[in-house]
Amino acid sequence: MIDTLQNVARPKSPSALSNALVFGWRAVLKFKHVPEQLFDLVMTPIMFTLLFTFVFGGALAGSPGEYLQFFLPGILVQTVVFNAVYSGMGLSTDLGKGLFDRFRSLPIWSLSPFAGLMVGDILRHLIAASIILTIGLILGYRPEAGILGVLAAFAMLIAIGFGMGWVFIVLGLLIRTPTTVMTLGFTFLFPLVFASNIMVDPGTMPDWLRAFVEVNPVSLMTTALRGLMAGGATLSQVVLALVAPVALTAILAPTTLWLYLRR
Amino acid sequence: MNDASPRGVPSTGFVQSAISARGLVKTFGRLRAVDGVDLDVPRGMIFAILGPNGAGKTTLMRMLATLSRPDAGSATVMGHDLVQAPHAVRAAIAMTGQFASLDEDLTGRENLVLLARLWGFRGRAAKARSDDLLAAFGLSEAATKQVRDYSGGMRRRLDIAASLVVTPGVLFLDEPTTGLDPNARKDVWGMIRGLAEAGVTILLTTQYLEEADQLAARIAVIDHGRKIAEGTSRELKAATGSGFLHVALADVARLDQAATILERRLEHPVQRSAEGAELSVLAGTAKAANEALADLVAAGIELSDFSMGQPSLEEVFFALTGQPGLGESRKGGDKP
Repeated sequence: MIDTLQNVARPKSPSALSNALVFGWRAVLKFKHVPEQLFDLVMTPIMFTLLFTFVFGGALAGSPGEYLQFFLPGILVQTVVFNAVYSGMGLSTDLGKGLFDRFRSLPIWSLSPFAGLMVGDILRHLIAASIILTIGLILGYRPEAGILGVLAAFAMLIAIGFGMGWVFIVLGLLIRTPTTVMTLGFTFLFPLVFASNIMVDPGTMPDWLRAFVEVNPVSLMTTALRGLMAGGATLSQVVLALVAPVALTAILAPTTLWLYLRR
Repeated sequence: MNDASPRGVPSTGFVQSAISARGLVKTFGRLRAVDGVDLDVPRGMIFAILGPNGAGKTTLMRMLATLSRPDAGSATVMGHDLVQAPHAVRAAIAMTGQFASLDEDLTGRENLVLLARLWGFRGRAAKARSDDLLAAFGLSEAATKQVRDYSGGMRRRLDIAASLVVTPGVLFLDEPTTGLDPNARKDVWGMIRGLAEAGVTILLTTQYLEEADQLAARIAVIDHGRKIAEGTSRELKAATGSGFLHVALADVARLDQAATILERRLEHPVQRSAEGAELSVLAGTAKAANEALADLVAAGIELSDFSMGQPSLEEVFFALTGQPGLGESRKGGDKP
């Protein structure tokens, strides 16, 4: 054993980027070892897609097919927003186990574990969104803006996921029990997702609610995503959709660092 | 970082302490978890911090490992200031926390490769380093198993291996054998001794007096956030006084009665072992001990064993803190 300890040359300190990529690799390994996590991520949105399309679709939009055309971009936003909760739970679990103490006692870029979490999140969002989109295509959804529109929409989803991710990283850092992170997350997200234009056009809502729905960031994201996938998104729609993710990152990334170093 | 040599030891030529702390304080609200601790740990030594649960051992160690910022006081670790140069401290230390700091979903090898890459080993070198460590810690066969399927002893071994990807100047071990069975505990002890032979300074916390006694060259006793004693195990015992009478009763039911008799005769507090079948008390002289034993026999209390000698560390702790011993106790204490 003494040999193992003495005959090792200390390698050169790696870069911050290299540190972050190693944590990204960890996230990929998690998919390999815990593939069932994908089941949690996609089952709810699949149920929503099927139920809303076939149960409410006809009543809401005239026919299930027409409703799906309206609903599918929204359910993609909902999927990404809800999935951010799971990464907060994962972080809370990691922190409870002392794993992060090891990371914090290493001479690495302090934010790299979080950068790695983000890589994992983005992969999760992409996989979940692809599955939902595939199901949508099978059911008859057609993105009128074609493949470029879909790619632009996915880029937008990544930005949304990145911004929302910080909210749950901060919650994960603040709250010790993973289930509390989940409960709190959904308590905050349900009104945000349902009081939006994801499921229905807000035209029939009372004025006070419509006023909220129209400025709800989730609505702004959904509007932009619909535009991108159907063609005809305006620059201002895209910019408005990105306001929340950019603001969240600007405020919460430094908060994350502060909370993490303060622990 | 000015640590050019492999073990993070600045090659300045003169002997420095591995750890030198002055007046470290950490408060949580109104609780002073660590309340002005000085500590000097020479290089290459196994140093134990001994104390009951909640004494502040872990908090003290977390400060020294840069995981928690001191509210007052200062310290250097391998010559680097804790607050001014935490990154340099981190490059010179490794810490194995109380709870396995491993990713349960990953395999043993993946855990080590992850850390090797974070330390700067690339591709094949990271894998080779991990395989060397797995072999050195007897984990080669379990390399591709997920850590969630490891036994407690295997986890502990992997956890310590994970701290040795790059040989640290100082290794912090927070209660390294808590929750391990006796065999696994002996394994870990062997490992710790091996590391010390390789020149690693080791600071460990423990609530097992036996562990401190067996492993450490020096012991600091911590209680309520303060250091109440420090020395070699022999010095601590000598300071408490020799002439401890240990008695074991044949009938445990008469323990209270026996304790009363001993206390009345010897006029010192009587301590009970954790299992409850033994009593020990400072007797001072052989004559006094003899008289006390005679009292027990006269009262019809049958003894299964008795001895006189140096106090055990448990008794030292009792004498220092006024609290009964902690953790597990040993059969018969330290009989000469």
